[in-house]
Amino acid sequence: MEGQRFDVIVIGAGHNGLVCATLLARSGRSVLVLEAGMRVGGAATTREFAPGFRVSAGAHLLHLMPAQLQRELGLEGHGLRLAGSRLPTTALLAEAAPLAIGPGAAGYAEYQIRMARYAAALVPLFARIPPRLGTSDWSDRLALLRLAWQIRRLGRTDMRELLRIGGMNIYDLLEERFTSPALQGALAFDAILGTNFGPRSPGTVLTLLYRLAAEANAGATGLAQPLGGLGALSESLAKAASAAGAKLMLSAPVARILVADDRAAGVELESGERFSAATVVSNADPKTTFLRLLGARHLDAGFVRRVDHLRARGLAAKLHLALDAAPRFEGLAAERESGRLLIAPSMQHIEHAYNHAKYGEFSDHPIMEITVPTHLDPALAPPGGHIVSAIVQYAPYALKNGWESGRPAFLETALACLERHAPGLRRSVIGAEVLSPVDLEREFRMHGGHWHHGELAFDQFWTVRPVPGAAQHRTPVAGLYLCGAGCHPGGGVMGVAGRNAARQVLHGA
Amino acid sequence: MIAHQPAPHYKEPLLKSPFHERARALSQVDSFVPWSGYTTVDVFTTVEQEYFAIRNATTLYDLTPMIKYRILGPDAVDYLNRLVTRDIAKLKPNRVAYCVWCNDAGHVIDDGTIFRLGDAEFRLCTAQRQLDWLLASAVGFDVHIEEITETVAALAVQGPTSCAVLKAAGLSGVEALRPFDIGYFHIGGVPVTISRTGFTGDLGYEVWMAPEDALAVWDALMAAGRSRGVRAIGSQALNIARIEAGFISPHVDFISAEQTIRTGRDRSPLELGLAWLVNFDKGHFTGRRALLAEQTAGSRRRLVGLDIAGNKPAHNALVYTNAAGRREIGNVTSAVWSPTCKRNIALAMVNSPHYKLGSTVWVENYLNRELVWERRMSRAEVVERAFFAPARRLATPPADF
Repeated sequence: MEGQRFDVIVIGAGHNGLVCATLLARSGRSVLVLEAGMRVGGAATTREFAPGFRVSAGAHLLHLMPAQLQRELGLEGHGLRLAGSRLPTTALLAEAAPLAIGPGAAGYAEYQIRMARYAAALVPLFARIPPRLGTSDWSDRLALLRLAWQIRRLGRTDMRELLRIGGMNIYDLLEERFTSPALQGALAFDAILGTNFGPRSPGTVLTLLYRLAAEANAGATGLAQPLGGLGALSESLAKAASAAGAKLMLSAPVARILVADDRAAGVELESGERFSAATVVSNADPKTTFLRLLGARHLDAGFVRRVDHLRARGLAAKLHLALDAAPRFEGLAAERESGRLLIAPSMQHIEHAYNHAKYGEFSDHPIMEITVPTHLDPALAPPGGHIVSAIVQYAPYALKNGWESGRPAFLETALACLERHAPGLRRSVIGAEVLSPVDLEREFRMHGGHWHHGELAFDQFWTVRPVPGAAQHRTPVAGLYLCGAGCHPGGGVMGVAGRNAARQVLHGA
Repeated sequence: MIAHQPAPHYKEPLLKSPFHERARALSQVDSFVPWSGYTTVDVFTTVEQEYFAIRNATTLYDLTPMIKYRILGPDAVDYLNRLVTRDIAKLKPNRVAYCVWCNDAGHVIDDGTIFRLGDAEFRLCTAQRQLDWLLASAVGFDVHIEEITETVAALAVQGPTSCAVLKAAGLSGVEALRPFDIGYFHIGGVPVTISRTGFTGDLGYEVWMAPEDALAVWDALMAAGRSRGVRAIGSQALNIARIEAGFISPHVDFISAEQTIRTGRDRSPLELGLAWLVNFDKGHFTGRRALLAEQTAGSRRRLVGLDIAGNKPAHNALVYTNAAGRREIGNVTSAVWSPTCKRNIALAMVNSPHYKLGSTVWVENYLNRELVWERRMSRAEVVERAFFAPARRLATPPADF
C-alpha cells in the first residue's frame, strides 16, 4: 500500500470524528483526520450567510454533549465558552400570550419528574456500546440483563407505566395528561423534532424518552449556546484533537476506502492521493460509508440490502435570517427572548403540518424551533444587527416539484409564519437563507439530509442501529469502524458515538 | 433498469409449455405435475422405460419451466462474481458454469448454471425464482436483470446416442462441443443454441430456442432419432438419473436458505459437498466471511453418498452410528435403487466425523409388506456421490451410433 502511513484514519471532522480522533491520538496512535469541507465540525459549524452575519449553519443549540466528555477533552481549555446555558423554552401562540414551558404549567412537574425517572433508567444503556443480540457472549447478555434490571428497579408502578407508554405515540400520552393544546404542542415538539414523524406516529414516546435520556446523560447545562455558535465547539474539539497529536487535513474529500485482503487498508482522496492505515474510522453516514466509500462489492448482499433500506430522509429545514433590528415577538418577556421559541400551537397543528410532508409538500403552517443567538452573542452580527436561526418542519427531502422552485416558496411561508408572531419582522430582513434537506445533504454530506444520519425509530435504535452487523461500531470489513450519528445513540451534537467508537477501536486492539 | 414478465392470468393458473401439444399427445398415463407455474409431464409411459432410454438411447425432456434470467451490463462479471461462490471472471464466452449462491451466513440459496453468452451478457438458469435476491445483490452494480423464462423454450436431449441424433438432425459440428461448451446451430431451418450440459450425468445436450420454434425442433429431433430410440421422458425418470449422478435437488437435498424457518436447517456449500465450487481467492462474494469461518472450524455435517445393503430404497431414513440405532447422525435426503449400478444408493446428510469416505453407518428403513410395517437396520458405506459417471459423458467427440 503506497501513501503515508498512519495508525488510524478518521474520515470526516464532524464532532464525533474529532472526539474519536482525540481519544485515539491520546492512546498513542498516529491519527489523520480527513475533512472534505473547508471547515471542521460538519453540521456543528458557524459560517457567514449574509455579509457580516454568521450563524450556526446546522445544529444551533448545545444540550446533549456529556459534561464529563467535555471535561475529558478539555474543551474549556481549548477555548469553548458558553454565551448562555439553561435557556428557557417558550411557546409562541397566535391568539394568546406566549406560554412559558416549565413548572408553572398545570400537571407539568409531575409529568416531567416521571419522564425524567424513565429517562434516567435508560441512561446507562444509552451511553454504552449496544450489545449484540443472539450471541452467547457474556458481555452482551449482561447488557440485556442490565436493561431488564434498570426497568425492574423502577418499581412495580413505574415499570408498568414505562412498558405501557413505551410503544405509544406522544399524541395519546399528552392527551391523557394535559388539556392545554398549547402545552401539548410544545411538549410534543421535542418528540418529533428532526424526525420523520408526526405526534400520532407510533413510537414517538420512545423518541422523546431517547432525547430526555440524552439530556440526562449530558448533565447540568441544559439548553446552551456556545459563544461563537456551534462552530466554536467544533473549533475547540479540533484544538483538542491537534493537541493530542492528531493531524487534520481540510478540503480533503475521501473518494474511497481501500481494502486489501478483506481488511481496511487506507483511503484514497478524490485528488488521487492515498493514505494507508490498518484502522479506518468513518464519521460519514452509513449509506455514504458503505455504499459510496467502501462499495457494495466488499459486502454481503443481505447487509447491503439492510443499509440500502435504512431510512434517512430528512424532514427538517434550516432558516437563517439577517435582521437590521431585533425581532419583537408579541408579548414575549425580555428575559425569554434569548431562549428557545417554539411555534407548535397544538398537536393537531403539528399533525396537519406533517400530513403535507407525507405527500411531498410543505404546509402553509409549519412548526419551528427559533433562536435569536445575537441576544447572547452580539458579535455574530454587525452592530445593531440580529440573526434568527430556526429549524422549520416539515420540509420533505423529496419535495414534489423539487427544492429549486420550492426554496423561495418555503422562505415566503416561513416568513409569513414568523410575521404573525413578530409583526414587522419582515421589514427588518436584509438577508435570508433556507437550507432544505437537499441543501443540508450537499453542504454537510449527510445522505438524505437527515441530521441523525438515519431516522431515529424503534427499528433503527440501539442494538440494530444503523443496521445489524454494524451496531457496535465494527463493520463486516475488519479494521473499518463507524463513529457518526448513524451509530447508537444518534446525532444532536452529542459526541457519545465518537467516544464509544474510540473505545471499540481500543478494545479491538 | 428492471423488467420481468407479467404473472400468468388467474384463469389459467398453470402455463402450458410450447411443447405441451406434443407432450399431451405422447402421454399414455395422463401424469402431469406442476413445476414453476407450468404443467409438466411426470411420466409418459412407465418410469422404467423412460429411465433406460436415458442410459441406452436418447431422451427429450422439456426444460422450459426452468427459471431463466438475462443478466447484462458493464458490471455483469463483477455482479455475478459477488453473487456466486465460483470465479466467473474465469468463465470464457460460450461456456457454462455450475454455481451456487449463498446468503450472508454462507448458506445456499440455490444452485444453477451460468451461461456466458458474450463479454457482458449472461444467462442464469435456476430451479426457483430468485428475482428478489438477484435485485438485492444488484445494489451498487451497473447491471440489467430480466426474467426470460417464458421467452426461451428449452429441451434436454440426453443419452448415449444424443450426439448422433443431433448430427442426424443436421447439426454438423455438434460433436466438437466439449462439456459445458455453447454452440449455435440450426435444426430444421430454425436457429437454436446448444449447450453440452444436463442433469443426467450422461452424454447430453440442452437445446435453447424461441417458443415459436419449439414444435419444429421437437418434430425434427423425434424424426432424426427414430432409429436411435429417441423417447420423451418425464421428471420421475430424470430424478433416478440425477441421483445416480450424485446431483442435488433444491427442496429435496437442501432447503433454500432464504426459505427455512427453523434455525439450523440451512446448508452451506461446504456441507453440501460443493467445496470445489467455492473460490476464496477471487475477492469478496456474499457469504465468504461466514464460509471462511466454517472452513476454519470444520463443517458439522456433509451430504454424502451411501451404498446401502439390500435392495429397498431408504427413503427419508434416519442414519445411525450402529445397528442398535442409539446415536442418530443424520438422514437420507434422496434414495433410489440404481438400475444401472445395481446398487441401493442414497444421498444423506451425515454429521461429523461420520461423513468420511469409507465410514460405516446404519440406516433405519421402514418396509411396508402388504400393509404391515417392518423396521430394518441396513448397513451402509459412505461413498463418492457420483455413483454413475460413465466416460462417455466427457468424451469429445462422443462415440457415434
